[in-house]
Amino acid sequence: MSSTATLTPDIEEIDERDETPSVGPVPAGRPALTAAELDQLGEALDAIRDEILDDLGQRDADYIRDVVRLQRALEVSGRVMLMAGFLPPAFLGGVTALSLSKILDNMEIGHNVLHGQYDWMQDPSLDSATFDWDHYCSSEQWRHSHNYLHHTFTNVRGKDRDIGYGILRMTDEQRWRPTHLANPVAALILAVQFQWGVALHDVEIDQVLSGKKPVAEAREELSRVWEKARTQVLKDYALYPALAGPMAPVVLAGNVSANLVRNLWTFAVIFCGHFPAGVATFSEEEAADESRGGWYLRQMLGSANIKGGKAFHLMTGNLSHQIEHHLFPDLPAHRYADIAPQVQALCEEHGLPYNTGGFAHQLGSVARRITSLALPGKEDEPVVSRVGSLVSRLNPLSR
Amino acid sequence: MATAPHGVDRYLEQVRPTWVGHEVRARVLAIRPEAPDVVTLTLRPGRGWAGAQAGQHVRVGVEVDGRRRTRSFSLASSAVRDDGCVEITVKAHADGVVSRHLVDRVGPGTTLTLSPPAGDFTLPAIRPRRLLLISGGSGITPVMAMLRTLLDEGHDGPVTFLHYARTEADVIFADELAAIDRAHPSVDVRIVMTGSTEAGSDRSGDRTSTALQGRFRADHVAALVPGLAEVEAFACGPVGMVDAVLDHWSDAGATERLHVERFALAPVPAAADEVGGAVSFAASDTTVTSDGAVLLVQAEAAGLSPANGCRMGICHTCTRSKLNGVVRDLRTGALSSTDEEPIQICVSVPVGDVAVDL
Repeated sequence: MSSTATLTPDIEEIDERDETPSVGPVPAGRPALTAAELDQLGEALDAIRDEILDDLGQRDADYIRDVVRLQRALEVSGRVMLMAGFLPPAFLGGVTALSLSKILDNMEIGHNVLHGQYDWMQDPSLDSATFDWDHYCSSEQWRHSHNYLHHTFTNVRGKDRDIGYGILRMTDEQRWRPTHLANPVAALILAVQFQWGVALHDVEIDQVLSGKKPVAEAREELSRVWEKARTQVLKDYALYPALAGPMAPVVLAGNVSANLVRNLWTFAVIFCGHFPAGVATFSEEEAADESRGGWYLRQMLGSANIKGGKAFHLMTGNLSHQIEHHLFPDLPAHRYADIAPQVQALCEEHGLPYNTGGFAHQLGSVARRITSLALPGKEDEPVVSRVGSLVSRLNPLSR
Repeated sequence: MATAPHGVDRYLEQVRPTWVGHEVRARVLAIRPEAPDVVTLTLRPGRGWAGAQAGQHVRVGVEVDGRRRTRSFSLASSAVRDDGCVEITVKAHADGVVSRHLVDRVGPGTTLTLSPPAGDFTLPAIRPRRLLLISGGSGITPVMAMLRTLLDEGHDGPVTFLHYARTEADVIFADELAAIDRAHPSVDVRIVMTGSTEAGSDRSGDRTSTALQGRFRADHVAALVPGLAEVEAFACGPVGMVDAVLDHWSDAGATERLHVERFALAPVPAAADEVGGAVSFAASDTTVTSDGAVLLVQAEAAGLSPANGCRMGICHTCTRSKLNGVVRDLRTGALSSTDEEPIQICVSVPVGDVAVDL
């Protein structure tokens, strides 16, 4: 999984007609910090990281074990309640418990353990190299597409496939194509089937369809995805319904519902992390030859936080602190809340935006962007002129 | 499949940690002080424990401030105990993270992990009739296991137990040894003090008029056993003591009757000499001389192609187990000297000799 050969630099082409400067609330790209200022920023952030690293200990071990214990309890009780799912309260309780269990498994436990946040504990059950999660995407593949590609090349157009998953138009700079008219519908389908979206991430179906990636390579990757997904599919949709005997349809419906809730929730949280208004994307040139400070800067400008209470942060796997997570992906995520004020203060000191807002606000902002970018042109251009441009592009006579 | 992908153990352990099947865990039943800074832990191993031979050691895993640490300890208990428990006797070292934790902070109910027992410092299956057990300091534990096992088995041949300790107060198992000496005429216990010029304590009192003293010397054994070739001898202790014993048996041409185990000191981090050490990529059977670059770059220069991603310490794709030696984390400057520790090879520079599982 170390190959970078399948990355083609022209995955997302830049629409040259759209090279006018952006007029959004925060300018895209990088604020003009000098190299010295970047180094200073890098040192300040390194110092925050070192302070947490020095302080890691029993508190963090107890925390993650408590979350694991909660997840196991929710999972077992959810599955038991669904067996009695012919009673409406048991069905509702079962779906709720199983949904929460799957969300914890994927986010606060799975995503964070797979980042190596708890490797220092040397506990084989929390070791990123061997951990696996209740997800169709294998942990090995995830570490490649997420830990490496997404976290190293965060919001670099053409490199970070989390920008629209190869399906959606998520930035002004992506060239508009007629298929993008389906942007809102495609986003909804991706959200409902987000588990598959993540699992198929590395297969790059869009690249196969456009002939840039060999079919044979994709077929081999697909068989690997199925190898992991199969067990999870059979568990939720065959084994547990079968164990329920005559209650099979109820258990099946409960499991489908829990997976759906998890998919919608994780999609919403993850898209709020990088696509609310004001979050920047970068060209490959902008991201080339970065210093450590420059890398930190791109992570801050390319991420957005969500405000919320303790339970909310837990259920997002602390990805509600996306900015802190992207700065320090391998620090235990429950620490992000502690360092957020320091990071925010640094942003103010350097005149940098610190993008945060309530869940409804950030999600609304993402939804507006997805809908708006279905049309040609930029998100903040007048709709009338963009509809005009759409008509002229779709009209064969105008070519 | 019902618990996929986590495995049944990940649910069982929530009910009782020792029920797991993928590793052996043990519960601390009791702790008793033996000497200043020395305690004995009685452990009840859970599923998967198949017993050990007297003289063998196990790697004990214990969580210290959130981190699992693993250290080797000889089992001190009889191999034929009927309650299924094992005992380790631990001496706290001033800067020993694990030994201090075990002595000062572990209480009954704590869960530890145990490796399968290892080591060939064991009694022959057909027990020799005449035995000489020599130990120094905390090296007493494996030979104590042998003595206890022999007594439990009803061994009636002569056993000489020769132990070296700095002072009287440092003698581990002093009361039990005195009781054994009194109760078993076939067992001769000799405790020798090395730390002062006073005469050593001769616990058998009336058997010999010559009290032994000082570090191990050839004449110490001459008075106790008829001839080296007629005794099966076992020696465990600090390197200096064991080497002196080996020399003596070698001079007598009796090394085939001698079994030894050295208690090596923990490796001290080498001076910050980052160039010129031997870097061994153990799984690839490749060794290179360190040029000061990070391990990933040195491995690639040696023609290996380890998995890697960001090459800046972010993604953990390149994490490998360091088998031994010291590395420096380029980002923090921190030195890591623990054996069998996961390291990110893209940001780790070898300091001195290092072996990596790669």
